[in-house]
Amino acid sequence: MEETLKLIFPYVVVLIGVLLAFQGVLMIVAYTVLGERKVLGWIQGRVGPNRVGPWGVLQPFADLLKFIFKEDIVPNESSKFIYYLAPMIALTCALMPIVVYPFGPTITTIDWSFLPYGIAEGVHMLRLVIAHIDVGVLFVLAITSVGVYGIMLAGWSSNSKYSLMGGLRSSAQMISYELAMGASVIGVVILAGSLDLTEIIRAQMGSPWYMRWFIIPQFIGFVVFLISAFAETNRVPFDLPEAETELVAGFHTEYSALKFALFFMAEYVNMFTVSMMATVLFLGGWYVPGLSHIFDVGSVPYALISIGAFVGKVIGFLFLYIWIRGTLPRFRFDQLMNFGWKFLLPLGLANLIGTIVVVFFLNR
Amino acid sequence: MVSTALFFLFAGFAIMCAISMVYHKNPLYSAISLVGVFISLACIYVTLAAPFIAIVQILVYAGAIMVLVVFVIMLLNLDDEPKSSRLKYLYALGGGLGLVLLAQTLFVVYAVSRTPNQAIDPNATVGNTIDIGRAMYTDYLLPVEIVGVMLLMAIVGSVVLARRLSQPALELVIDNEEERRSEELTS
Amino acid sequence: MEPNLATYLGLSGVLFTIGCVGVVFKRNALGMFMCIELMLNAVNLTFVAFSRYYADVHGQLFVFMVMSVAAAEAAVGLGIFIAFFRNRQSIDVDTASLLKN
Repeated sequence: MEETLKLIFPYVVVLIGVLLAFQGVLMIVAYTVLGERKVLGWIQGRVGPNRVGPWGVLQPFADLLKFIFKEDIVPNESSKFIYYLAPMIALTCALMPIVVYPFGPTITTIDWSFLPYGIAEGVHMLRLVIAHIDVGVLFVLAITSVGVYGIMLAGWSSNSKYSLMGGLRSSAQMISYELAMGASVIGVVILAGSLDLTEIIRAQMGSPWYMRWFIIPQFIGFVVFLISAFAETNRVPFDLPEAETELVAGFHTEYSALKFALFFMAEYVNMFTVSMMATVLFLGGWYVPGLSHIFDVGSVPYALISIGAFVGKVIGFLFLYIWIRGTLPRFRFDQLMNFGWKFLLPLGLANLIGTIVVVFFLNR
Repeated sequence: MVSTALFFLFAGFAIMCAISMVYHKNPLYSAISLVGVFISLACIYVTLAAPFIAIVQILVYAGAIMVLVVFVIMLLNLDDEPKSSRLKYLYALGGGLGLVLLAQTLFVVYAVSRTPNQAIDPNATVGNTIDIGRAMYTDYLLPVEIVGVMLLMAIVGSVVLARRLSQPALELVIDNEEERRSEELTS
Repeated sequence: MEPNLATYLGLSGVLFTIGCVGVVFKRNALGMFMCIELMLNAVNLTFVAFSRYYADVHGQLFVFMVMSVAAAEAAVGLGIFIAFFRNRQSIDVDTASLLKN
């Protein structure tokens, strides 16, 4: 009995971690939707949603109920299997990268041996990351690139010309901007000397001040990353997939009710994961400069403040997304392609070559 | 225990997806089945302690090559394959080839399972990024450079192939061709 | 039953067989292309399995090279398919018989 418990315990911990992380992310995403409507309202001189609950705080749940109770329409001539598969792929690929991001430092001061049956005997470390893998950056890029299937298959399986054109348009957009995103990420990887996200954060801690957050040495890379992140997540000013006023929505034209809600959630989860990526790569993740002088490294308050800093940075990025949505007009498709291939990708590659040259001469 | 269960799960999934890829007439269904094969093979690579190769497998095969294939299928708007007009002996040939290869596989499994030396060193980590990077840029520097040049050639080649000629250039090509043909006729 | 080297080689052999039979059966150029990719993947699996059982990194480097070759092949091959489709309105390989007579 005890042996079995000891064997199962690590898996249970990981499972609880996954559930908590997904719940937390989905709650943050729900309130991002509310926050977006509120902030857009303020930008446009309106009030925003204020009917459900005080100050509109229950609005996400009302939205969810509405999505559930709407009629679920399936086009007659669609390929049913792929039609049902596409939104699942979209949401799964949006949620999966969350497991590799470290959202706080390792807590070392708690002795976990008080747990019953000795299941945690000798365990002193609590890592605030669900899956610590060696190739975290590549994992995120790989899962993001698989996410394109959701959009392509949705466009193809609906058997409608608007969906097909929208699917082609947005998958071309995502494939094109993935390259610029990769080029900007490799600059950071060269500076940190590792593909491991934990190592990348550690590389931003101890170095001289001009290397402390990679946004300083990699400012061009940061700009390229941010622009291609907007395009990857299909947000304004690159939101051609859902330009319903001009181009008839796009790949999700034929989707309704809960299946549309899955696409909608996938978009916001994507926003959230890309913001986490930007925070970890360019803003030092959970690291707060100077905090180690006040609290001991590895103590609980240090970890809590670090987690708070991480979430704060991510929410700052989410606010930037909403702010830009309220400010900028939409690109035309040919402008978008020209911008991606003729400006952003060369800029990213030039930044990469510059980084390589500088690192080479510094390490001599 | 867990890794055994995972291996047989993913191996079964890979074989099922591979069979469904050959079985389906619609190219898009085939492509999705092939993506299933790639992802389950990536999971098997993880159980073989090769995380870097596993991620690169998803990144390159599932995320780049198959996305391009699906894109081309959508762009050309391909329908189901029409009823085959192919010679019947090709099916017999394919079946015979499959049987021969299957027999060969059985022989390999039988022969290898009789060799004694199959223990794994559990502490050996050969699939980490640092090992692969070191081997790639010391022992295998020349092959890596050659692969880089080859990829560049592929880019140039595909751009040339997929290029649409502008109207005057197209007319020039047609004129040259007609001139050549008339010369051939007169000579 | 713990998976050992023979199991991995068996899986790889089965996948290779399916891919090989598929190349003969399919007459759609894209279908044949996908079957070839499946065969390449079966070979990659043997490389990774040998690399694991001999604790040697070189097998994985071969896999890396094979993947690069496959990527280059995909770029050029799909370019050829599109050019072919423009001329013939189909990518059935049996229609590629211009040089036959």
